[in-house]
Amino acid sequence: MILVWLILIPFIGGLLCWQSERWSEQAPRWIALGTMLFVLVISVVLWWGGDFSLPVAGGSQWILEWRAPWIPRFGIEIHLALDGLSLILVALTGFLGALAVLCSWHEIAERIGFFHLNLLFILGGVVGVFLALDLFLFFLFWEMMLVPMYFLIALWGHSGSPGQTRIRAATRFFIYTQASGLLMLVAIIALVFVHYSNTGELSFSYDVLRNADVPEPLAFWLMLGFFIAFAVKLPVVPFHGWLPDAHAQAPTAGSVDLAGILLKTAAYGILRFALPLFPEQSQAFAPVAMTLGLVGIIYGAVLACGQQDIKRLIAYTSISHMGFVLIALYSGSELAIQGAIVLMVAHAFSSAGLFILSGQLYERIHTRDMRMMGGLWGRIPVLPGFTLCFVAASLGMPATANFVGEFMILFGTFPSAPVTVVIASIGLVLAAIYSLLLMQRVHYGREYRTGPLAGPDAREYGMMLTLVVFTLAVGLYPQPLLDTTAAVAGPVAELFNNGADLIVRAGEVN
Amino acid sequence: MLTLSNLMPVIPLIIVATTAVLIMLGIAWQRHHGGTAVVSAAGLVLALASVPLSSTALSSPPLMTVDGLALMGTVLVLLCALVTVALSHHYLAGYLGAKEEFYLLLLCAVTGALGLVASSHLATLFISLELLSMPLYGMLAYSYRAARALEAGIKYLILSAAATAFLLFGMALIYARTGHLDLAGLAAGVAGSADVWTLAGAGLMVVGLGFKLSVVPFHLWTPDVYQGGPAPATIFLATVSKLAVFVLLVRLMMTAPVFSSGWLDSLFTLLALVTMLAGNLLALFQSDVKRLLGYSSIAHFGYLLVAIVVGGTLAVETVGVYLITYLLATLAAFGVVTQLSSPFEGEDAAGLHYYRGLFWRRPWLAAVMTVSFLSLAGIPLTAGFIGKFYVLALGVADSHWWLVGGIVAGSAIGLFYYLRVMVTLYLPEPGMRRMDAPNDWGNRIGGLTLLVVAVMVLVLGVYPTPMIDWVTALSTISF
Repeated sequence: MILVWLILIPFIGGLLCWQSERWSEQAPRWIALGTMLFVLVISVVLWWGGDFSLPVAGGSQWILEWRAPWIPRFGIEIHLALDGLSLILVALTGFLGALAVLCSWHEIAERIGFFHLNLLFILGGVVGVFLALDLFLFFLFWEMMLVPMYFLIALWGHSGSPGQTRIRAATRFFIYTQASGLLMLVAIIALVFVHYSNTGELSFSYDVLRNADVPEPLAFWLMLGFFIAFAVKLPVVPFHGWLPDAHAQAPTAGSVDLAGILLKTAAYGILRFALPLFPEQSQAFAPVAMTLGLVGIIYGAVLACGQQDIKRLIAYTSISHMGFVLIALYSGSELAIQGAIVLMVAHAFSSAGLFILSGQLYERIHTRDMRMMGGLWGRIPVLPGFTLCFVAASLGMPATANFVGEFMILFGTFPSAPVTVVIASIGLVLAAIYSLLLMQRVHYGREYRTGPLAGPDAREYGMMLTLVVFTLAVGLYPQPLLDTTAAVAGPVAELFNNGADLIVRAGEVN
Repeated sequence: MLTLSNLMPVIPLIIVATTAVLIMLGIAWQRHHGGTAVVSAAGLVLALASVPLSSTALSSPPLMTVDGLALMGTVLVLLCALVTVALSHHYLAGYLGAKEEFYLLLLCAVTGALGLVASSHLATLFISLELLSMPLYGMLAYSYRAARALEAGIKYLILSAAATAFLLFGMALIYARTGHLDLAGLAAGVAGSADVWTLAGAGLMVVGLGFKLSVVPFHLWTPDVYQGGPAPATIFLATVSKLAVFVLLVRLMMTAPVFSSGWLDSLFTLLALVTMLAGNLLALFQSDVKRLLGYSSIAHFGYLLVAIVVGGTLAVETVGVYLITYLLATLAAFGVVTQLSSPFEGEDAAGLHYYRGLFWRRPWLAAVMTVSFLSLAGIPLTAGFIGKFYVLALGVADSHWWLVGGIVAGSAIGLFYYLRVMVTLYLPEPGMRRMDAPNDWGNRIGGLTLLVVAVMVLVLGVYPTPMIDWVTALSTISF
């Protein structure tokens, strides 16, 4: 039942925020903050008491499970379950959700209640995605988080250039994700009906469909349906068109949510659904996926170097980092998959930090154009130092969490795909270039304007400090994180490799 | 031999027809707007309450079949008509001319629709269809001092007459080949091989019905008529009229195999594809909400045609569920337009600029509009998603991949204009507020009805099981 509450709390909190605007301007902010901290506390408590060792044979792989019938006509049920991976991501959602509320404390000055309603609905949808095991329910949450995100960008976004670009960016984001989501829905339905015609059982349950016996050419197409939906959200390069615009126009809280959590739902989806449902097809598809990952790493990094808008730059670095995650997920190595999870968490911290910093810069100098920055180190106290920390994290400096993630990914992938790893390493060099370029153009160099600017207040200081502490903590001692997710990464890697063995054996028999 | 027990199954129809007569007499005696509206609503409620009586009756009257599908159609027609009456009262209150005749026309059209959903004979089919259409001409041109309304009425009259000619010619061809006018006999007559004349006859009938449903090559009247007609008449056209004709089309397809044989099947596939894509594409850059909804309804009937192509029991269930979700969303969307307009103030408040910033002036009305548009777009947690899920499931289960692709593409395109309207509702207002709902709109019957409809959209989106059970129980066709 606690799983249901994890999802319901943000929704209830959102409605409260909406209505509480009539009492006072500050009320929605405090309610939203309290709601997200509550989610965070629940997940930390669950983590504290959870047992994350590999399940014994016959035991359940879930720490907590809750199911109730919903639409019996199609065998759809409300089936929620929690394991180490979901727990980490739910906790991350609570944490970044609280940060998103904090970082828009001054930025959002109008329609505050409705803003927080949308913000909390997004987070509620994301928690739902991380907990849902019924494929119909998963799709429902997957689509549901889009609508509030659309409003967040369209109504509180910045219009970078003249015209209604924020609405256009929001619409593009929505159409990309919704259209690809419908492909996934078609794939889900097809999977269900194939299982139905095989066994006569109509069910959307994850456990049941994992054993569905799908005939070969169809299975590949269904795998592709899932992959495209996740590839758009991750984003993988040919499907990334929505991301830079959405980030550039979104308010800071929107960017933090988008980069910190929404991109992770895609990686989670691949790990939880695409790989276990279609292990053999994924194995066959791995070279393509890895190539796409490589293209993403290089493309994102090169384009990041050429951006003038600081938020667009960070958005392109996200593409580059998610390329690493994609490669790891399709490597079939337990080490690399764990690395991907670490990198997901690390990227959530570092990109959230950079987006919040660029939001704070915007509040001070009212531009995100790096041509109008420069020399800020001497003008703003403390903030440039924090920027340096997150830039260092973003380029994968040892002692930061990003380093651990990238190192594990490259190390784990090397045995199966050495060439890929060698090329991907170029991305690390490019990461150093764009990160330092960002630092150089914003904080060093000639001063564009003169005069001191306000330093961080306690709220800003606190946010940054927390993020830095988490980045360093995971970077220096990642073992608790790895222990929590080991039971998830191991079976997926095993399934992936066994699928390949089956194909090889089938080939020998033929 | 026609006995009293034969009449029991059509008792809702009889009650509605009697109410129409009563209202006519009432108008002749003394005009009273409120009273007329109350009597009409009471008649419709009574008819609704009598539906259980008709479902327990055993034998249908001649020329009609009262089966599950007919009962489902009856209930939906009556509910939509009831909502239309509730919304009309506020709308017509400001009208300077005679108000009471609108209800008379509406009840006559409802009678036609009730006959249509149950007809199993080409004669009843034709009479009911005309009884449905004729009052609609009058309803569309009701505020005839507005040029657009008159244009809408006349346009619908002329094109509808042409479509009727097609329908009649098709019936004549089929009758010439089979010698039957009842559906069962007709189906038996063409069993085995359908020759070119029967197919041509069936094709002509499809053209005639396709016009009423605004399937794409025959859709040209839709946007103008939707835009021009007074809002309550448009609601009636978009819901009751289309619903009744579609139920009839389902009955034809399921009972008479000639309609799904030979090239007619491919024709339907093509029509469905073209309809869902063209409807969505044409809606993209509309700046008039009523026009936009007109195109959107074209697209939705494109999705519904998938059920006609596939056939089978799941198809009937899909039609039921999809129609319910479509009707609820359409009623809510047009209801908001109705609440904001009145013929007293000239044209309806349908231009997109009237809706700018509506959320900050009338939050509940804007919320109703948002919910209905989300449902039309098929976003989860609204009833529209369940409908879309059904249509997709139907297409996938029968491996009609082209149609599935069409639905996905159509939905993606459709999002663009649904989102455009939705975000307009929330944009800060530039200070202009020409048309607005009265302040106490929530207290009026129309406003309450609208809220109930919007809540239904949400409730059925979250917990659709009762709807599915009801539709499954009623998706039986007998002939």
